[in-house]
Amino acid sequence: MTVFDNLYVAAPALTAHAPILVVLAPLVGACAAALAPGARTGWVISVVTTLFAVWMAVAVAGEVARHGVVQYAMGGFAPPLGIAFRIDALGAGMGLLVSTMGFLGALYSGHALASEIDSQKHTLFQAGYLLCVAGFLGLVFTGDAFNAFVFLEVSSIGTYALVAAGEARDRRALPAAFTYLIFGTVGATFYVIGVGFLYGATGTLNMADMAARLGTLGDSSAVQAGFAFIVVGLGVKAAMFPLHGWLPGTYSTAPSLVSVFLAAVATKSAIYLMARFAFDVFPQTTTFGGLFIKDVLAPLAAAGAIICSLQAIFETEIRRMLAFSSIAQVGFILLGFSLASAAGMSAALFYMFAHALMKTALFMALGALAISLRAKRLDDLAGVAREAPWSVAAFGVGAASLAGVPLTMGFLAKWRLIDAALGAGAIWIVATLAIGSLLTLVYVGRMLEAMFFRAPPPGAARAKEAPVGVLAPLWIAAGLSIWFGIDASLPEAIADAGAAALFGAPR
Amino acid sequence: MSLLGTHFNYLAVVVLMMIGLFIVFSSRNLIKRMIGLAIFQTSTGLFYISLGKVAGGTAAIRLDAASPEGMALAATLDQAYVAQHGVDGVVYSNPLPHVLILTAIVVGVATLAVGLAIAVRIREAYGTIETNEITAVARVDAAGAEAAP
Repeated sequence: MTVFDNLYVAAPALTAHAPILVVLAPLVGACAAALAPGARTGWVISVVTTLFAVWMAVAVAGEVARHGVVQYAMGGFAPPLGIAFRIDALGAGMGLLVSTMGFLGALYSGHALASEIDSQKHTLFQAGYLLCVAGFLGLVFTGDAFNAFVFLEVSSIGTYALVAAGEARDRRALPAAFTYLIFGTVGATFYVIGVGFLYGATGTLNMADMAARLGTLGDSSAVQAGFAFIVVGLGVKAAMFPLHGWLPGTYSTAPSLVSVFLAAVATKSAIYLMARFAFDVFPQTTTFGGLFIKDVLAPLAAAGAIICSLQAIFETEIRRMLAFSSIAQVGFILLGFSLASAAGMSAALFYMFAHALMKTALFMALGALAISLRAKRLDDLAGVAREAPWSVAAFGVGAASLAGVPLTMGFLAKWRLIDAALGAGAIWIVATLAIGSLLTLVYVGRMLEAMFFRAPPPGAARAKEAPVGVLAPLWIAAGLSIWFGIDASLPEAIADAGAAALFGAPR
Repeated sequence: MSLLGTHFNYLAVVVLMMIGLFIVFSSRNLIKRMIGLAIFQTSTGLFYISLGKVAGGTAAIRLDAASPEGMALAATLDQAYVAQHGVDGVVYSNPLPHVLILTAIVVGVATLAVGLAIAVRIREAYGTIETNEITAVARVDAAGAEAAP
């Protein structure tokens, strides 16, 4: 990450503790927000702590760029005995993604929450949101397998409550949150069982130490069972097809802020952890890991990309369309992942960043419209472009990026993925990408046609333009989608460095 | 059959795990599903504790032959065993899995609490905690969304 080489954003004393401060800031903020006297104070706490987390994440990225790997031992107990954060270029990149999205979401929540949640509950909602941010940040920074489970559950428990908060507008949020809780807990417990197997085989929980011991230990059925449990468990969290059953209901009924943050960060963090295990903890010489990725993961990812794109085409509720689209995009990301090469991983990471930005713009735009218009179906949004041009234009940018229109980040993401697949000689992956992209074009076309070109139904409730507080984060996300579509050097550098951290070879 | 004898604890774990998972996925009652989830999580706890058990091992409190406290603790153990190995030769079970599972239990309790709280809210919003009835109501909701102007 040469971009970050000469980046000194904080005093050395602060930088030394930046890894833990990234997680602590939102965690402390969560406690403070829960006790905050009013909704406005809660929002300020949320914005300030997430901004602080972004600052510290940039400081960590600078350190990682200079030193390669940053270790932060909790309480001074050196790993592998003590629990430590171990941040390489991949973790630093994910930390930047999560903290930035957390900050954008916090910024957005100021006005967007008012229309969705009872104002007395805003402070508690902010507390849950910050808890969720802290969990995901810890998850991408930790170097300890069991610690990762705890952070996974910290973020998940926050998420369940946040999804359920959507009941004020749509009571289907409650069963959706319950289903998510069941799926999520079973997934996390599978992960714990897998870690148990690995602990039994290696006697350590530190990921780097585990990797070293697995390298000399060779194959055993305990190690294989551990791998299987971990991949399936994280597959549930990542909404890997066919374990995605919890996702459509959750994304479509949760408050819009929660959909934004989940789509941008939640599935990606699980994919990150899966990559960490598949390529870092497990030695790449193990045949079963490679076989699994090639013969199970890749076909499932391809099936998800196609089938869920089809489902998105036939949906009538717009947020469900975006939810199914998210599962399909997870399929694309996993296809890049399944190439098991530096180029494939770099493309998958770049796709993650692109998808986080485009889905943030799309869900935020829908949230901006929902302030004035209680619409669930696509048809209800006919002709909104005339009434709320700024929100819908940002939606259009996100949709263009989703469809892969040139000069957007989504185009480069697809380009890099196809390039990596061609480089690996995986023609069927290129074909899947092409078909998936065509299907994406169909449902994106449906959405844009309704919003921009159809006349609004006579006598229907009218949409109003959203306040600036909502438009600002929305346009930051949409603007970045275009900016990185023209000059992608920053996300490219982060993705390449992240892939190199796993595979050791530059692209 | 020898497997049954030597790995009885692991068989118990698998049976509990399957019972828990079966309840989670087959039951229509939300509370029963939470119970299934709890059984499933408990089986993980048992799995970890089994991993940490060392044959003949005692609780992981170091026995020091030189101190009276150590001798007092040693007096509470199986005397034939202590005589055979000496106080300093006593083996201990691995305490780490116990600590891990303590954490996992806390996480599980938190999940259970959130799940039950959501079940209460579902009862208030839908008037039932049977999934098939909730689905029926939700379908009406969805149809309502379709028909909305």
